Amino acid sequence: MNDNEHSHTISVLVENEFGVLARVSGMFAGRGFNIDALSVAPTTDPKLSRITLITHGNDQIIEQILKQLNRLVDVLKVVDLSSEERVRRELMLVKIRSGNHQEKIQKILQAYSGNLLDQEKNIAILEFVQEHDKNNEVLTQLGDFEILETARSGNIAMQTGKKILAT
Amino acid sequence: MKMTGAQILIQGLKDEGVNLIFGYPGGAILHVYDELFRHPDMHHVLVRHEQAAVHMADGYARVTGNPGVALVTSGPGATNTVTGLATAFMDSIPLVVISGQVPLSMIGNDAFQEADIVGITRPCTKHNYLVKDVRDLQRIVKEAFFLARSGRPGPVLIDIPKDLQLHECDFIPYGDVEVRQRRQNFTAHRGQIRKAWDLLKESHRPLLYVGGGAVLSKASVELSQLAHMAQIPVAMTLMGLGAFSGVDKQSLGMLGMHGSYYANMAITDCDVLVSVGARFDDRVTGKLSEFSKHSRKIHIDIDPGNVGKSVPVEVPVVGDVKCVLKELIKMAQDDADFLKEYHRRLKPWWEQIQGWREKAPMAYDQGPKEITAQYVIDTLYKMTDGDAIVTTDVGQHQMWAAQFYKFKEANCWCTSGGLGTMGYGFPAAIGAQLARPDKKVICVTGDGSIQMNIQELATAVEWKTPVIIAILNNRFLGMVRQWQELFYDHRYSEVEMKVLPDFVKLAESYGAVGFKATTPDEVPKVIGEALKVTDRPIVIDFQTTLEDNVYPMVPAGGAVSDIVLA
Ligand SMILES: Cc1ncc(C[n+]2csc(CCOP(=O)(O)OP(=O)(O)O)c2C)c(N)n1
Repeated sequence: MNDNEHSHTISVLVENEFGVLARVSGMFAGRGFNIDALSVAPTTDPKLSRITLITHGNDQIIEQILKQLNRLVDVLKVVDLSSEERVRRELMLVKIRSGNHQEKIQKILQAYSGNLLDQEKNIAILEFVQEHDKNNEVLTQLGDFEILETARSGNIAMQTGKKILAT
Repeated sequence: MKMTGAQILIQGLKDEGVNLIFGYPGGAILHVYDELFRHPDMHHVLVRHEQAAVHMADGYARVTGNPGVALVTSGPGATNTVTGLATAFMDSIPLVVISGQVPLSMIGNDAFQEADIVGITRPCTKHNYLVKDVRDLQRIVKEAFFLARSGRPGPVLIDIPKDLQLHECDFIPYGDVEVRQRRQNFTAHRGQIRKAWDLLKESHRPLLYVGGGAVLSKASVELSQLAHMAQIPVAMTLMGLGAFSGVDKQSLGMLGMHGSYYANMAITDCDVLVSVGARFDDRVTGKLSEFSKHSRKIHIDIDPGNVGKSVPVEVPVVGDVKCVLKELIKMAQDDADFLKEYHRRLKPWWEQIQGWREKAPMAYDQGPKEITAQYVIDTLYKMTDGDAIVTTDVGQHQMWAAQFYKFKEANCWCTSGGLGTMGYGFPAAIGAQLARPDKKVICVTGDGSIQMNIQELATAVEWKTPVIIAILNNRFLGMVRQWQELFYDHRYSEVEMKVLPDFVKLAESYGAVGFKATTPDEVPKVIGEALKVTDRPIVIDFQTTLEDNVYPMVPAGGAVSDIVLA
């Protein structure tokens, strides 16, 4: 990222229809904008889905992203959470070769409120739910271990207090 | 009452006021064509290439303001519409294109004549649909027309699987069909309009910069009223031509790469620039950092995505151009005393503009020997009293038509401004002529471009449309040759049309009329003859200067003030 570029978390409420994700990601691809992370799931109203997008760019690019998202017919609401009070969480699964270091692993799990989901011989799957940056910290802490794979949801986010994402 | 998908479609089109569609049949759309057979009141123009069907629908839409409709089969039929859709998308033209698709159960199997047309056209339509349940069809058809027309207009595609065309469901009366009313029409913020007016009031050198949005919003009357009340000069983009009368004293004609010297100087020197349905396209701004550097900018546009996209704007006004202009007019009316003073204040600005006009008027020299392209356009203009509908292809002829045909009103000019599609002009002319039988329609084209959809001569003969096809025949892909001459040191790489058909014989072989003009004095003669023909297309082969260049010209990437006069 350049100096004048910032990471933005954008929440998008869309019609829960096939092809919507292609429209959203196609808009990014077609205009050369980046998606750093993305997650989609239906809301409590099954007709609607909520997309959380992490992207980066300078102010002008972010403004264009918001406007171009708004232009898509299936998009009902767009909020840039970066300018709002919000909470963010990312789910991260990490598969490591644990060796004989159970103690160190327990320490890390405790420090970051993680869970041990699976242990087969000396292979373990750890789970962490916290902000993306915190999860990065965990990976540093796990530096002594061989990390076999990671799976991360990317941050999802919500405004604090009364504000909700609705049409 | 039960109806099949095909019946629902045709009824849906009728409910939207459609009585003319452009199309080409094939396997996956057969059920719809069979239904069409039962509706003699729904006229169908059988084209010779699907691309042309979409351009015809586009020409129809540009001159009427209503969505044009095209109907094609799956696979190659559908992929042939892509250029037409992209052309309409770039220029915000309302279209509804309906394609057949392989049966639902076969989608995704690489079935015969299957193409993922919804995927292919996603980035070049305003919206598109694959219908998966016949019960959705009525809503989708109504929604498609709603979307095509509303907000910033654009093309919408509906892909209908073959089996679904025979599926049955209950028919709902049109008024009861619920569409999802999506945010399309923005009502401009009154406070922003007030700010715009206040900023305009501070100006000493204002300019109205008018684009296609003013045409789409049918805002000519309001534009002319505001411009005249405040005595502000008006410059138009390629897409805006006709929104303000080109023969009005306040018109500076076209601006941009091949715009007039005075329009380009005015936009460079103005202190308040009011963009009216224009989008600061790179062909207008030239080098961005140098563009209209000293002006404070007001941007009126219905698409928030256009505002501030390339040029920072002080007063954005997001809303329908016509509505916004109406509000501005009211504010002006309440400021009658101010206007008197304002008119006095603008005198030096008008004098400066007059100076530029005298320094470089839009003029040309027609000598005794070779026919100049400008002379052909000017003669067409004079012999039709400036009342014709003109369509063009893309190239030098397009720019000369824009420079020398002065449109008095909107919806008389069809040109592919955004995508720059060669092959657009002739089919668009047929669509325009079918929409406006009362008007003279002229397609100004080049010897390169006309060959991209010349097969439509058959369609034009069949429909007895007396479109005049004025070929400015310079035996080159002229515009490309001009760039090679100027920027590639005369290296003419693949721009010569070494083999050309005999256009007169070609026309005649289709049953059209063909003329050829080789000397200047023949020009008015053949045009006069062509204007007499009322029952079939007329091809005129004007043998023009081979290596002429379009001027003025803002060199690509250069500042507008770097404009080259000759
Ligand atoms: C479909 C398509 N292919 C290529 C181009 C690139 N192009 C722009 S102008 C031009 C030359 C057009 O030649 P002609 O139709 O003879 O017109 P002239 O410039 O000579 O008036 C070309 C090839 C284009 N605009 N459209």
